[in-house]
Amino acid sequence: MPGSVADRRLLTPRSLRDALRMLDAEGPLTPMAGCTDLYVALNAGELKGTGFLNLWPLEPLRHMAVRDGVLSIGALCTYTDLMRSRLVQKRVPMLVAAAREVGGPQIQNRGTIGGNIANASPAGDTLPVLAAAGATIVLESIRGPRRVLFTDFYTAYRRTVVGPDELITAVEIPAIKGRQWFRKVGTRAAQAISKVVMAAVDAGPGEAPRIAIGSVAPTVVRLPRTRPPSPRAQRSSTCKGFCPTRSCPSTMCGPRPSTGGVSRRTCWRASGVRGAGRC
Amino acid sequence: MRFTLNGRTVRIDAHPMMRLLDALREQCGLTGTKEGCGEGECGACTVLVDRRPVNSCLVPLAHVSGARVTTIEGLRGRHPLQQAFVDFGGAQCGICTPGMILAAIALGPKPSREAVRTGLAGNICRCTGYHAIYESVERAGKNARVRR
Amino acid sequence: MLKAVGRNVPRKEGRDKVSGTSRYIDDLSFPGLLHARTIRSTIPAGAIADISFPFDTNGFTIVDFNDIPGRNIVALIDDDQPCLAERAIRHVAEPILILAHEDRDRLRTADVRIAYRGGTPNYDPSASPLCFKSIAIDKGDLDAGMAAADEIIEGEYRVGAQEQLYIEPNGVIAVPADDGQGVTVYGSMQCPYYVHRALTVLLGFPDERVRVVQTETGGGFGGKEEYPSMIAGHAALAALKARRPVKLVYDRGEDMLATTKRHPGVIRHRTGVTRDGRLTAMDIDVLLDGGAYATLSAVVLSRGVLHASGPYRCDHVRIRGRVMMTNTPPNGAFRGFGAPQTQFAVEVHMERMAEQLGLDPVKLRDRNALRPGDTTATGQTLGADCSAREVLREAVKRTDFARRRKALAGTNRGIGLSLFFHGSGFTGSGEVKLASKASLALTDAGVRVLVGSTEIGQGTRTMLAQIVADTLGVPYDTVEVNAADTSEVPDSGPTVASRTCMVVGRILQRCAEDMRARLGRLSPRDYVKRHGPLVITKQYEKPPEIVWDEVLYQGDAYGSYGWACDVVEVEVDPATWQVNPVKLTSVHEIGKAIHPRLAVGQIQGGTAQGLGWALLEEVVMRDGRMANNSFTNYIVPTTLDTPDMEIVLLERPYRHGPFGAKGVGEMPIDGPAPAVINALRHAGYDLREIPATPERVMACGSR
Repeated sequence: MPGSVADRRLLTPRSLRDALRMLDAEGPLTPMAGCTDLYVALNAGELKGTGFLNLWPLEPLRHMAVRDGVLSIGALCTYTDLMRSRLVQKRVPMLVAAAREVGGPQIQNRGTIGGNIANASPAGDTLPVLAAAGATIVLESIRGPRRVLFTDFYTAYRRTVVGPDELITAVEIPAIKGRQWFRKVGTRAAQAISKVVMAAVDAGPGEAPRIAIGSVAPTVVRLPRTRPPSPRAQRSSTCKGFCPTRSCPSTMCGPRPSTGGVSRRTCWRASGVRGAGRC
Repeated sequence: MRFTLNGRTVRIDAHPMMRLLDALREQCGLTGTKEGCGEGECGACTVLVDRRPVNSCLVPLAHVSGARVTTIEGLRGRHPLQQAFVDFGGAQCGICTPGMILAAIALGPKPSREAVRTGLAGNICRCTGYHAIYESVERAGKNARVRR
Repeated sequence: MLKAVGRNVPRKEGRDKVSGTSRYIDDLSFPGLLHARTIRSTIPAGAIADISFPFDTNGFTIVDFNDIPGRNIVALIDDDQPCLAERAIRHVAEPILILAHEDRDRLRTADVRIAYRGGTPNYDPSASPLCFKSIAIDKGDLDAGMAAADEIIEGEYRVGAQEQLYIEPNGVIAVPADDGQGVTVYGSMQCPYYVHRALTVLLGFPDERVRVVQTETGGGFGGKEEYPSMIAGHAALAALKARRPVKLVYDRGEDMLATTKRHPGVIRHRTGVTRDGRLTAMDIDVLLDGGAYATLSAVVLSRGVLHASGPYRCDHVRIRGRVMMTNTPPNGAFRGFGAPQTQFAVEVHMERMAEQLGLDPVKLRDRNALRPGDTTATGQTLGADCSAREVLREAVKRTDFARRRKALAGTNRGIGLSLFFHGSGFTGSGEVKLASKASLALTDAGVRVLVGSTEIGQGTRTMLAQIVADTLGVPYDTVEVNAADTSEVPDSGPTVASRTCMVVGRILQRCAEDMRARLGRLSPRDYVKRHGPLVITKQYEKPPEIVWDEVLYQGDAYGSYGWACDVVEVEVDPATWQVNPVKLTSVHEIGKAIHPRLAVGQIQGGTAQGLGWALLEEVVMRDGRMANNSFTNYIVPTTLDTPDMEIVLLERPYRHGPFGAKGVGEMPIDGPAPAVINALRHAGYDLREIPATPERVMACGSR
């Protein structure tokens, strides 16, 4: 049966400043965006917290703009917003590819990039993209903004550096040189949990490709930049079976066929070998 | 909570985090929107919010404040898709049908087969194997007159 | 006046379904309604030691086995399953108590504490101490057949459980009679009379004090064949104790956790065959996992063994089947009902035999396919409507099979086929025992069909109205179908076993023939005006030539069989081992398509379910509990997982079916899984079990 909301309270701020004030003075509050994860947790009896902050009406968190070569995407941008944005299509096509693989249209219309980041699932579909893109997360509180490199954002399984009075307001993606790739291997063709999800950027000769992989470890894994990883090194470092979801049909502790194969292929592509999956 | 429901302004007094699905079915008495899974995976609860298909089992009532919500009842039986689903076998047991039709509306008048498949990927049907649904959507677009 | 049979007339309840006005059980309410919740065992085996209620029980109705006025069983076949556990626990999610309360939040948070004494569960059917049923089929002399073989080829094949995953979960509302000595249960179900019988036994009420009304049902597939008797009993007990209507609707997680699934199984073949591919002997062992209680296991096994040798002729056959108890939630009916499991095995085995003998898989099948005049494993002589070779040839021709197979060799694609058949109706003496009835009533507007058969999406109302309309010579629009309400309709038997058209439709046709004779030249209206109302009721009549021995398991197992052949092309992703079904052709011979679009709809839907079973659907059990009991983690095909399908209907009329019709509802799910596995074999993967997940494909290695 659906979880009860009777003992939960919802605060709706009138502005971003109002929201930050509430987080500071009336917390603890769980920020609520597209809610595609919230009700699942509620129904499973896993939704902690009694206070919620309704971000949905905050239009400024839906902006997208380029400033000094950096694309800023508001945290409330939905997957549909990402797919339709000319800016994102042109500058971060691998993010469009990732958004396209999230759920079906109904989820894409509601799930937000800020929510995907905050939810901190190791299987989050946009997270390898942001890692490979060298993104920066913008956090705000009444004390002002701060910026955290995506690679510093997660500290452990489902743990982020976001403080109790902070809000993810935007993600900033610098200009990306070179070709981009994205591949998600799900449990089926649409609306699937990822068994492995990868994004890669090949900046060209002389530079190691930037490859990031999700669903194989407690947090998104950025492969070492020191040298182009060999397929064998990739397979041994990433094929430790860690299944983030309790009851995912994919093997918990067995061999992970997807990772070895997919990472090998993505590595080849990043090195210039032709193939499908390029964005 | 005030919003437009099937063209009319309604005001609902309920917890702002009540699921839109429950608000529609219980507060508004519109039982055409169905619950199949409660986790946003089956699409049977699909409604349109500002013309976009969403899973109403995952939308808090607060999020439709000031928005335009359309349920299957809002089509008043007159949308070409509805007759097409009858004519071309798009509905068998019917439980996925309201959600399926609303998701299909968002595809526009003449979607390609590829667009139909992708656009309905968030709606599970266990009865039809989907082909009759594709045909219903495509023939509705053509506004075919059916000779029986 | 246009004939209805053979034409795609509008679905009777179609407008309601597309308008959102159809009323499914969760759409209904009654004044004073209470909600209910089932408290279930969390251990797989053992006993209840203590139950306590450390919460404010004010306003709660609490029901346990002591509240059962009749017999504490879910009456079905073996009567071994309690409605509410008394002390012994045999599976996780076994129902123990029912709670009812007005407030759903209080109901959900009620913390019932149950202490158990744990036992030792067994999950291995081959090690089980309890056999629900065993069946032996013998034909000819197996040893002689083996002696005549040039080669003897063995194989072991495994099939997993499958969850029906109707999009509408199980649900009922029970309304007690004012005097507390009767009850009406509304609900999502396939068999109102099964529920009726179960309730009379549970509650000790006479037949006329129990009324069961099927509400619009959002899918069944067998999952609402017997299970509704359990949930109806729970709701009725609570309603009678509280003296208020009680609504009990499962959420998805509970439905998947607690209700029946397809029986998983292991099937072993040992086959004698000549060098040029003639079957000389078939020795088959079928082992099914029944779960904790018998439910329908005996009948699932029956259909399983009766299809175990496939659509092939062989003079010497030995089939042994057992269905065993394990400490998991009981398994039950799911479309196909044993035949998908055993035909998976025989069809994969045929493919392996072809490979081992160096023979063309089509020729091997064609050589051994049953022909009119041949006898089955039970000695049934097949009539002119036996179409095994026809469907095989049609499928092979349409797919250009031989050429395609050569073209795909050595690529990451494969093409495979399966040849299969499916008996329509209940086994042998089953239809006689059911003694189904159907009625036709004359109204001044037209005619009303009164049957206990249910619409669950497959088109029952539409198809029966078509049969009656044409037989009676009245327009389709003037034929109404009554709700499946036991206070108004006779017991037409369950809506299962692909019998509704062939068996019930035929009874109705006989009613209509009788009515037509009586109407003479009068219209229904004039007849009623002149003679008053008319109701004609008829009962199943077994065709005299059907002879079945239930003890020796010999004779005519089914009145008629449908025949089919699937060809599927798959693509294997070399990096991830994901298998994508790219194209599928399915040829079905079904006697007569009363409504071609509905028939094709059954084939497309059943085929999609078969593909899901083959590739995606896996019931993950951990410590006797389904670990992936959610839509997120038990995955069924979406639009993007379902390939283009070419469906071809052939018609070889069955003399005793209405307009020649045989059954079609289940046969489609028998074919896809072996066809997929055979296509994978062609692509280089030696798989012998399903689902063919990427992990399994990778593990079996490429050749």
